[in-house]
Amino acid sequence: MQIASSPNLLFIIAIAIVIVLYVFTNSAVLVLVERKVCGRIQQRPGPTEVGPFGLLQTAIDGLKLMGKQLIVPEKADSKLFKLAPVLSFVPPIVALIVVPFSKVLQVNDLDVGVLFIIALASLNVLAILIAGWSSANKYSLFGAIRSVAQNIAYEIPLLMSLLSAVLWVGSLRLSDLVEAQGGHWFVFNVFGFIGFCIYFITGMAETNRAPFDLPEAESELTAGFHTEYTGMGFGLFFLGEYTNMLLVASIATSLFLGGYNLPFFTLEGSGILLEGLRLLIFLAKVYFLIIVMIWMRWTFPRVRFDQLLNLCWKYLIPISMVNLAAEAIWIKALGGN
Amino acid sequence: MISYFKEMFSGLNSLFTGMRITGKVFFKKPITVHYPFERMEVTPNFRGHTDMVIEKGFHKCITCMMCERICPSNCIRVIAEKPEGAKKKELVAYHLDFTKCSLCANCVEVCPTSALYFSHEYTLVGTSRHDFHFNLLERAKKRAAETGIVWGPPEPEPKTESEKPKKEAAAAPAEA
Repeated sequence: MQIASSPNLLFIIAIAIVIVLYVFTNSAVLVLVERKVCGRIQQRPGPTEVGPFGLLQTAIDGLKLMGKQLIVPEKADSKLFKLAPVLSFVPPIVALIVVPFSKVLQVNDLDVGVLFIIALASLNVLAILIAGWSSANKYSLFGAIRSVAQNIAYEIPLLMSLLSAVLWVGSLRLSDLVEAQGGHWFVFNVFGFIGFCIYFITGMAETNRAPFDLPEAESELTAGFHTEYTGMGFGLFFLGEYTNMLLVASIATSLFLGGYNLPFFTLEGSGILLEGLRLLIFLAKVYFLIIVMIWMRWTFPRVRFDQLLNLCWKYLIPISMVNLAAEAIWIKALGGN
Repeated sequence: MISYFKEMFSGLNSLFTGMRITGKVFFKKPITVHYPFERMEVTPNFRGHTDMVIEKGFHKCITCMMCERICPSNCIRVIAEKPEGAKKKELVAYHLDFTKCSLCANCVEVCPTSALYFSHEYTLVGTSRHDFHFNLLERAKKRAAETGIVWGPPEPEPKTESEKPKKEAAAAPAEA
């Protein structure tokens, strides 16, 4: 099910505009939601002044960011310095084209969808590394080094937890993965459950959010890799972070939580209403996961770096390996699915 | 190997405990007071600068000078005059230099008629240090006018003389 089999330029542009608009509104809303949730967790109301209930706060903040001057430090590598924010912002947006928001609302159903997403998601590390390196600032560099060490470690359990879903279905195509979970989500299964937990933890680490926000640990590194960025340079990193959250939550939903399927029974047929319902189901799951991420961020303290690596090498990697091996044996023993 | 799993589960448990606590707090009412629009009630024990008590439309000062004498910071100056034909001294001005006051409460405690109390004013601001040289008698009069109390001595006996202290008191700030 694809919207167009032979995409022409107009179609590509239209899709690009829709996705970018969606990403921008998503980030704007999520920033506000995050601040509101954070406020409520700390028993304060969060932003209330701009617009009704503070709804226009992020719009004003965005306007402020856009109005600010872009300052490139004198000793910075200006080309790389300018490239880094774009590189952190674009890949998660591009990765969204293979996400099946509903049966029809998927831009391109690649055969290697999961691989495509992982490849683009790992570009985020490169962006952070470039940002940290080109800033010519010790805090930025420390942040970048931490980010690389963290992401290299966490990429392994991330891949293996995703593989557990791929192994169960036997396809890297996202639409196949979602269709296979009609009625029976992968998370209802022991292997799927462990895989989902590990994916969620590593996903949090991939998005560089607390408790894994060591690359930008404010209390130690000022602002980490984006210390030197002003205005929309910083804004793009910010947008990239929220888009990455969206991406992580969408992948978790598609691979483990049944995508646009309801639990226990399948929605058959097509039609605008049904597609709308599917989209709503998908988005409900995605935003539920994002809210949990925000909730976790404002609950847990930041881990120390050795704790971060210990968690990965001593717990996540062994467990995901055992999980994957056990699943492989289980599938082999049962002869197929 | 057992300790490995024990550690893992106790760690996980602590995470869920934390999330339960923040989850509960999330649904509590925020305790924020939107300060410029709303204000919290000041505790009765709060010590602002001293102010004169208004009772029956008049101050209670008998100009005994006890407060002026006991003040360790030497920041009180009570000015009293005995008008012609009157039996008692009348208060003309009560100067408080709040820049020197240490809020020790000695004046409030020593006052035989309890004519002083601590105001709950905590938003004092001025562009000059002279803004904090108060005339408490003037302030009391102003307060009375704001709350609609008719200022004047309560006893019917000195009512004939009431015009005189009023005029003198009005002249006091210029002198200060």
